[in-house]
Formats: sequence, structure tokens, C-alpha cells
Amino acid sequence: MQAGEHRAGAGPAYYVFLAGMALLCLAPVVLMVVTSLKVRTQIFSDKLTFFFVPTVSHYAAAFGDAALTRTLGNSMAVALFATALTMAAGCMAAYALARFSFFGRGVVSGATLLMRMVPPAVLVAPIFMLWTYQFGISDTLSGLVLAYTALNLPFVIWILQSFFAQTPPQLEEAARLDGANPFQTFFFVILPIVAPGMAAAAIFAFRIAWNEFILALVLTNRFTRTIPVEISLSISEHNIAWGKVMAVGTLIAIPPLIFTFIAARHIVRGLTAGAVKG
Amino acid sequence: MRAGYATRLSRIAPYAFMAPAVMIMAGALLWPLAHSVWLSFHEWKLGTPQDAAVFTGLENYRILLADPDTLTSLRVTLVFAFTVVALEVALGVGLAILLERPIRGLNALRSIFIMPMMIAPIVVGLLWRYMYNEQFGPLAQLLFMFGVEESPPWLTSPDWALASVIIADVWQWTPFIFILALAALQSVPTSVVEAARMDGARPRQTVLYVKLPLILPVIIVAALLRLIDAFKVLEVIFIMTEGGPGLSTEILSMRIYKTAFEFQQLGRASALSNLLLLLVAAISVGLVLFNKLRERAHASG
Repeated sequence: MQAGEHRAGAGPAYYVFLAGMALLCLAPVVLMVVTSLKVRTQIFSDKLTFFFVPTVSHYAAAFGDAALTRTLGNSMAVALFATALTMAAGCMAAYALARFSFFGRGVVSGATLLMRMVPPAVLVAPIFMLWTYQFGISDTLSGLVLAYTALNLPFVIWILQSFFAQTPPQLEEAARLDGANPFQTFFFVILPIVAPGMAAAAIFAFRIAWNEFILALVLTNRFTRTIPVEISLSISEHNIAWGKVMAVGTLIAIPPLIFTFIAARHIVRGLTAGAVKG
Repeated sequence: MRAGYATRLSRIAPYAFMAPAVMIMAGALLWPLAHSVWLSFHEWKLGTPQDAAVFTGLENYRILLADPDTLTSLRVTLVFAFTVVALEVALGVGLAILLERPIRGLNALRSIFIMPMMIAPIVVGLLWRYMYNEQFGPLAQLLFMFGVEESPPWLTSPDWALASVIIADVWQWTPFIFILALAALQSVPTSVVEAARMDGARPRQTVLYVKLPLILPVIIVAALLRLIDAFKVLEVIFIMTEGGPGLSTEILSMRIYKTAFEFQQLGRASALSNLLLLLVAAISVGLVLFNKLRERAHASG
């Protein structure tokens, strides 16, 4: 009995500890945002400043920089198109893997799983060469969209498969008896049901495409650069304008963080897919 | 007649559904991987036409394996990957055990715990580069407040740099293990815990001898997934140290990038890529085998 009470009870120490952990996770991110709101002299001080009048001058400088706003637009376009393409191809493939038995299913399923493990660095040299010489799409935004779609597909197919597997097969049976063909069944009966799962998968696909750096670095030029590449170039100089860099860093972090807060539950499920049976 | 059409349609359906994804993955993943194998047997310099590639057989591999820098890089990679995973598993599981309680607030904090994982690796690298700045970084400022005027050379000394990038990775990914371990602990049936208590087990004994063994499979899978991801790391280190000072943080993926785009040896970079791929493939096979074993144990048990 005593053990039970002990277990349910959580003293103040427990909450202090929990708050400390949350603070550790938050602190660097908060410091980035805070720094982006400080003026130069406060940033380059050797003392911590807790109270200061925030300035938006670094954000104004970032948005006033035409090259930078272009990279922001490039990033948005690439991430959105790559996500759309990934979802379109990924949903269909995941459905086929979850519901049909067909020739080559085992091979495709296994290969998809293994391709998820490929480190992006491994792809940098061959993709650069193929995109430049074979496909002629280096330095273009569509080249990046293709690379990100391919990079995302194995992961997205894997998560979506579990969502499709959970839909009751009776639905397809009923649709078939009503005279629907497999394509109608998929688009009008099954897809609407797995919409929440699709949202989770789309968030992951967007996050990868939005955050990706190394392929973008070698596959783009001055005009097609994405924002992670732009920021990496601005800190390789000796005199780093930390205020502006932190402002741009905050801008890059915002979209994924918005998703984190609106869909934490689904994201946890996606992150843990494969470890805990999902 | 109509039935025949319907049957035919359902027969081609799976192939039609698979086609776009398979085409994209074949063209933009498998082909590059195959090309990387081809390239690793050739010498080709960046900026020269493609047909300037010369077949050199195993020469690239020979050069790489004879190069002490490759071994250094391999060592750095292994130390980095295994250290971060060990620390993250120990911290994550430890914290989960400590904090596992039926309390509502815990799940509300989940959004905060997954924040570090959602942010772009490039921004994480940036953040920590700022944190570690020896003149005005927050860590230096904090130490200054406690009277330490000389900041440790976080990223500028070869003795410190690897530990510093390890800390950044541990910051980013410990919550992953924590969330997983917590979910696993919470899914342990209360009847099992109750039974242990009836048998006179103390709370600590219940955790160590009853709960921990039950969640061990989940922890192992999580650790293997993290290990695979740790071999993928590139961007955080790229921004923080670019592999330096010296070769102290030059993980394999960093070296692949440098070999290809700084030394412009794409053939050699591909050979190095294939070595990294072999490493990751070995762990992946381990993961798949472990999952198979688990399924079998599940089916028979």
C-alpha cells in the first residue's frame, strides 16, 4: 500500500526536476531567439544580459536582403512541391504494400526499408554527377525536389503502411460490392480515413525537405539556393553577424516548430515508428 | 464481360499504385547508389567532363585504406556514434525510469522535448557554435558570472572539439530515447507490476527486475535506430567545426564531402561512401534480424 502511495505521489522535487529538463531542451533555442532580438553591443558582451529592449533590426535586415528572401522563397517552393510529390507517390505505394500481394512485393518492401538507412553523404557525389551530366537538372529547383522526394519516400511509405494496415478490410469489400474499382476505392474510401496519418507523414516529409542542407549545397547555384545553404555561407566568414544569423536561424526553425506544437502526438508516433510496434 | 474487366483492373492495381514511387526511388536513390559503386572504380576529378573518368580498378580503395587519415576518420566516426548512443540511452532510459508516474503534465511537456529534434540540423549546429563561442557565447558568459574568466576551448582545441559536438548531439537526441522509453514503461501492464509487488518486491526492484527487462527490446531497437542516424550525422558538425581542428571531428560523412568537393576526387569519395554504406548496412541488417527474432518470440510466446 505504501509503495502505491509512494508511486502516485509526486513531490515538488519531481516537478522542479521536470521543469529543469524542459528548460535544458528549451534554453539554446530561446537563446537563439533572444540573441536575434538584441543589438550588436549586447550580443558581443562578455556578460549575460537579461533585460534589454528588443529590436527587430536583424529581421528587418534579413527581409531587406533580396538574396535572402529569394532563398526563403526557394526553400518554401522546394519543400512544398517535394512534400506533395512524396505524399502522392508514397500514399499509393504504401497502400499497395499494405493491402495487395503482388509479384515483387517482398523485394520492394525490403529495399524500401533498407534505403531509409542510406546516409545522405553517400548520395552527394553520385547525385551531383548524375544530376549534372545524365539528367541535366543540377542548379534547378526541380532537381532538388526530385532528390528530396526520393530521400523521403522510404520513410513516408514506412509510416503510412501502418496507417493503411489499420483500416478495416471490410471497407474495401463493401466498396467492391457496390461496384467501385480498386482506384475508386482507394481515392474515395480509404484515403479520407487515413487523413490524420497522412498529415503526420506530410509533416515529416516537409521537415526533411525544409531542413536539408548538404544536397542543396552541391545541387544549387546563386539563384536556386535554399535558406540552409544561405545561412551556412554567411557564417563561414570571419566576422559573423550573429544578430542576423540568429534571426535567419529563427526563421528556419519556425515552420517545423509550428508543426511540433500542433501535431506533437502524431510526430511522436512517426518518430517512434519501427521501434514501438506501429 | 464486365467482371473480366474488373478482375483485370484489380490485377494491375498494385503495380499501378507502386509505379510512381518505385520509379522515383529507382531513378534517384538506387541509380545514384549504383553509380557510386561504378564511380568508386574510376578516377574522376570534379569539373572535368564525365568521359574523362578513368577506370582504375580497386586503386581508390587501396589509396583510402593505406591513408592513415581514413583510419583516423573511421575512429572518430565510431567514437562519436557509439558515445552519443551510449550517453543518450543511459540518460534517456534513466530519466524515463525516474520520471515515470501517472501524471498529466508529463505528456504536455512532450512538445518541448521533441523541439530539438524538429529543428534543422544546420540550425542546431549554429546554435551550439554560438553557445560555445569563447568570447560572448552563453556558456562563456555563464562561466564568467561564476568567476571563470577563461572559457574552455570548446571547439578550438582538438582535445575538446569531439566532446563538444557529442554534447550537442546528446542534447538533440536524448529526448528521443526518453520519449520512447517512457512510452514503453507506461505500456507495461499494471497487473505485472502488481504481481511483483504482491511478491514483496520493492519499487526499485520492480523497476530493475520486472519493468526494465520488459522494455529492453524497445530500448535495443531505439538504440540501433539512433546508431544508424549517428552515422548519418553531417550537418551539425559541418557548421560547428567542419571536421576540425585538425581531424579531431572529421567523421566519415564530413570526409566524403571534403574528398568530393574540396579535393575534387569524386571516385575516391565514392569509395569512401561505400565503406560508410557497408557500416550502416551491417547495423541495419542487425536491426532487421532483431525485429524478426522479436516477432517470432511474440508469435510463439
